[in-house]
Amino acid sequence: MDEWQSFSNRKDSEEITVIEAKNLTKRFGKQLVFKDVNFKINDGDFISLIGPNGSGKTTLVRIMMGLEKKTSGELKINHKHIGYVPQFRNIDLDYPLNIEQFVRLNLKFTLSPKQRKADNESIKTILTKTKLTRLKNRPLGLASGGEKQKAYLAQALLNDPKILILDESTASLDVEVKMQLMDLVAELNKKYNLTVIFITHDYELTKKYTTRALFFENKTLKEVKVSDVSEDMFEMES
Amino acid sequence: MFEYEFMREAFIASTFIAITAGLVGVFVVSRNMSFLSHTLSEIGFAGASFGILIGISPLAGMILFTLVSSIAVGSLSSESSRREASISAISSLFIGLGILFLSLSSESSSYATNILFGSIVGISSKEVQQLMILALFVIFVFIIFYKPLAFDSFDHIGARAAGLKTRLLSIAFLVTLALSVSIGAQIVGSLLVFVLLTLPGATAKYVVRTVPKLIMVSVGLSLVGVWLGLYLAFITNWPVTFFISGFEVIAYFLGLSYKNWKLNH
Repeated sequence: MDEWQSFSNRKDSEEITVIEAKNLTKRFGKQLVFKDVNFKINDGDFISLIGPNGSGKTTLVRIMMGLEKKTSGELKINHKHIGYVPQFRNIDLDYPLNIEQFVRLNLKFTLSPKQRKADNESIKTILTKTKLTRLKNRPLGLASGGEKQKAYLAQALLNDPKILILDESTASLDVEVKMQLMDLVAELNKKYNLTVIFITHDYELTKKYTTRALFFENKTLKEVKVSDVSEDMFEMES
Repeated sequence: MFEYEFMREAFIASTFIAITAGLVGVFVVSRNMSFLSHTLSEIGFAGASFGILIGISPLAGMILFTLVSSIAVGSLSSESSRREASISAISSLFIGLGILFLSLSSESSSYATNILFGSIVGISSKEVQQLMILALFVIFVFIIFYKPLAFDSFDHIGARAAGLKTRLLSIAFLVTLALSVSIGAQIVGSLLVFVLLTLPGATAKYVVRTVPKLIMVSVGLSLVGVWLGLYLAFITNWPVTFFISGFEVIAYFLGLSYKNWKLNH
């Protein structure tokens, strides 16, 4: 049995793998970020990606998104579209667009009336799914932290990706708002079988929402049971 | 006033200038490039005086300088290109160069005033034609790149996350910005072309909430500004740029007050 297969700890073979890494290694020049990373992510997983700052979480995600090149190893991704909600966004108070217009930015250019109709329909659907219909005319600059995160989520999900990556999206939110956002993500995960990869420093959220945990340690990634995740895994040194 | 040919020419030229500047301005503002557009105007001044010095047209000199420098800026990362100190250094250098080129050439100082502050009498029908072609080119580029450019300008991080080629978009945008500066400077002057490239776009931001409406309001404000400016300059014989900048500044403060009023109501 391959090392990665025993490692990935899979129990049933009917599950569809959406992302698979074999001996994935990344260096920036001489500096090693991680090496021999192996994992499988299955359709409908709600995975937390944890580890101290600088351990390689964001780099791994950037490689998945095609924004960064791997140094060696393999990475297979079964879906073309990945929805990604980045950690930071520059939306100030003066930001002119309202929530619906902000979500619309992710539409492709079209002159076909049929496509326009379809686009309007998908905007309507995504606003409903993310519970933003009532707020769609609110200027994004004046929206609360939680509403902004929902708008980012809606924009990322507009083209119906099967995989969603949340990059510390809850970091700046109050506890209550955090839970609301995560409840929403969990609902999308269950209802639409959306695969979610959640990069986080939040111990509580990891425990409460995720079903699998991938933990960066000693320049590599290993799977830990969510029940075994401990608070010191989030400590700041790398 | 349309019985004079120079006024007809100035009117047509200003209309095209206002449309391109209003359009490009929405994106200048959303990309936080107001300061950079100011610098490009100064680089344009140096380019125009360089053109006079070596005996090509000031417009050609401007396009040469602004294009080269905007591509140079585009190949830097967007963060470092916005560092205010380095932009100030570059603009000081180019103003100095502009003055040097002018003093080396034999043109009179009124020529320099025209380049810097604009003039409604200085434009020939051939120049109007060149200007129209450039303006149409800028508008064409915007139509082609509209969607991705809007995404990148109003949500750069989201556009990058969605896999857009943001570096390429940035260079395409800077090229159109360089051309708009060169076009606009023909009437309003290189020192104040950034008025049209930033204020209408900034005002629009306070009153409307969708990208197409932002463009409409911005283009509308710059059109009214240049038309009114031309008319008032014609009847008073005062500089056109004074009226244009006066109008745009008043519109900007009215927009800002409207926004503040709306926030409290």
